[in-house]
Amino acid sequence: MKTLEQLEEIRNKYKQFTDMRTGESANAGECRRQIMVCCGTGCTSSKSPKIIEAFEQELLKNNLDKEVKVIKTGCFGLCALGPVVIVYPEGIFYSLVTPEDVPEIVEEHIIKGNIVKRLVYSETLNDDGSVKAFGEVGFYKKQMRVALRHCGFINPENIDEYIAVGGYKALEKVLKSMTREDVIKEVKDSGLRGRGGGGFPTGMKWQFTYDSEGGEKYVACNADEGDPGAFMDRSVLEGDPNTVIEAMAIAGYAVGAQRGFVYIRAEYPIAVKRLENAIEQAREYGILGENIFGTGFNFDMEIRLGAGAFVCGEETALIHSIEGMRGEPRPRPPFPAAKGIFGKPTVLNNVETYANIPVIILNGAQWFKNLGTEKSAGTKVFALGGKINNTGLVEVPMGTPLREVIYDIGGGIPNGKKFKAAQTGGPSGGCIPAELIDTPVDFDSLVSIGSMMGSGGLIVMDEDNCMVDIAKFFLEFTVDESCGKCPPCRIGTKRMLEILKRITEGKGQDGDIEKLETLAKTIKDSALCGLGQTAPNPILSTLKYFRDEYEAHVYEKRCPAGSCKALLSIKIDPDVCKGCTVCAKTCPVSAITGERKQAHFINTAKCIKCGACVEKCPFNAISFK
Amino acid sequence: MAIDNEMLMNIINKNKDNNGALMQILHDVQDSFGYIPYEAQKVIAEELNVPLSEVYGVITFYSRFTLNPVGKYKVGVCLGTACYVKGSDKVLERIENILKIKAGETSADGLYSIDATRCVGACGLAPVMTINEDVYGKLVPEDVDKILAKYK
Repeated sequence: MKTLEQLEEIRNKYKQFTDMRTGESANAGECRRQIMVCCGTGCTSSKSPKIIEAFEQELLKNNLDKEVKVIKTGCFGLCALGPVVIVYPEGIFYSLVTPEDVPEIVEEHIIKGNIVKRLVYSETLNDDGSVKAFGEVGFYKKQMRVALRHCGFINPENIDEYIAVGGYKALEKVLKSMTREDVIKEVKDSGLRGRGGGGFPTGMKWQFTYDSEGGEKYVACNADEGDPGAFMDRSVLEGDPNTVIEAMAIAGYAVGAQRGFVYIRAEYPIAVKRLENAIEQAREYGILGENIFGTGFNFDMEIRLGAGAFVCGEETALIHSIEGMRGEPRPRPPFPAAKGIFGKPTVLNNVETYANIPVIILNGAQWFKNLGTEKSAGTKVFALGGKINNTGLVEVPMGTPLREVIYDIGGGIPNGKKFKAAQTGGPSGGCIPAELIDTPVDFDSLVSIGSMMGSGGLIVMDEDNCMVDIAKFFLEFTVDESCGKCPPCRIGTKRMLEILKRITEGKGQDGDIEKLETLAKTIKDSALCGLGQTAPNPILSTLKYFRDEYEAHVYEKRCPAGSCKALLSIKIDPDVCKGCTVCAKTCPVSAITGERKQAHFINTAKCIKCGACVEKCPFNAISFK
Repeated sequence: MAIDNEMLMNIINKNKDNNGALMQILHDVQDSFGYIPYEAQKVIAEELNVPLSEVYGVITFYSRFTLNPVGKYKVGVCLGTACYVKGSDKVLERIENILKIKAGETSADGLYSIDATRCVGACGLAPVMTINEDVYGKLVPEDVDKILAKYK
């Protein structure tokens, strides 16, 4: 149990460490260097815990363990170049580090003061060989980190570091100097909208829950990040779990709840562990529990694990799942604000939404409102994935044109390929074609072009991706994840998938495209919950912008992107073929003939398109066309 | 198959009084036993005083819970969007060919099972496969042979 004075002491004691990372201080007591190692899921997968071990051993060996601290952090965002290591106070950004590189970094950089240039993130290297701050490079320069403000900056497993960067000051402000109504007004005034997909005004949700009659109320956090390709909620929980705890306590105070639930995917073991650890530490400090900061306010929270059902991201389904039942949605109203977990009024927000709350309280609604656009205040985190150079997590002010996100921050498309489309909103969203690349990314602009913000997955596709195949991919996902409760979703999405499969297999019939359209519109209007209502979006938006591709599949039996196998044939380029006979020997159905040292040919009638020859050809003369 | 009754009862008793205990019990049983055996389902239903059909209904609703034992090596291939557009379906195909089982199946010797998983969240490493706790990223289908050879 800590008093506010003691928290202030902790803040002052640890501030010198975080100040070193902002360049405000060159050392912290006897510590003169800090080595930050990313331990988000991406970098952990590439063995970053081994890098920490190696650093600790190497420092111990050189008697430097007091002077140099190794610190585990959350995600830096630039997952494509992981594992990432940053050395402060210089702020040197090392990328693609392996445990074997560690002795060299310690020997050269830490002991001798020479930056190990071969490992430095290439964008930070100037032409004259000097190294610039990583905040100056394209990937970071245009970003604005609000929700991710502490990710990669503090140690998520140490509450003291969170306190040092101003953590729990917002909760203190709320409990000490604001009424419940003030808090709700502040959140309303900020214009914050739900970051989980729907974009509903957060303050309104809080107001409805506040207004609900009934003694016991709950605060819930939706961390069931099911959209494939979106991982910002996970990164917040992994990199800054305390911010979610603080925000939920603030919400609890505002709506009159004393108990919170975080519903989180069991597939996120690191996030679960860090959040558990943070809750534990917050309890020890008396930040969770009874009579918080001596104000008489009680609040505590617990974690409930999801078990791999996408539909549980829908609020009523999530509530059923927390109650231990099948995660099936139910019709609304009543909304959770009136009848939520165990039938009690519940305010339910997503992780990224909560991550904005403490900043709004500390900096004020107006500050937040000034970021972003008129109707979409603040920033949004996107998970950049697919055919893009800088895959990772980025946060930009709402309204930033898609072009900036993809080219300036994302570094463009690899291998000189052409940008074809970006998919936002995952299986509920739609695609943005190349001609609309200057669309500002905010809630309303995306909806107006037939896509949606969703949770912020942004998958980039190049000319090799077939849009019909992508629509099929998303439909496979929704068919798999449909809970089966309402027929439009259960049966309708299956029928749509059957048509799409037929089209990509070259068996598309006249009228299939029109049938898809009718089905899509009907399902949109009649499904019970968000999953079903948005399931047709990938089809509708690809039809809107890439109808010619559908038509080529159906009427010409041709896949313009060269992706649908059934519609392709394998060809040997006679100019490149050297007649080495490897392909003829490889072919399992003896479809390839030719004389040694002369160009070979494929008998397309015999060919089963297994692709074995394509793989084996030493001269890359064979390809799908 | 005989199950460890004491372990099961401990799990049930630990969670029993919580609101919404069924999910938590199923998680713990899945983690401890590797799957949720029929015998365990019966005991859980009895102890929580709910119909067996409800227990079964919850288990089969969630993809994480399994009714059958899985292989010693759980091979997962991410079919999340980021991995898919980078060709993870071809990685999966190769694994299926090598192990001669399909996604969702377990090999006859009980050594391998393949799972076409949802996003594992390592999108920066796409396409990704996992074998138990180990993660392999930035794959091309040919990498699979060597990786699988490590797990015998």
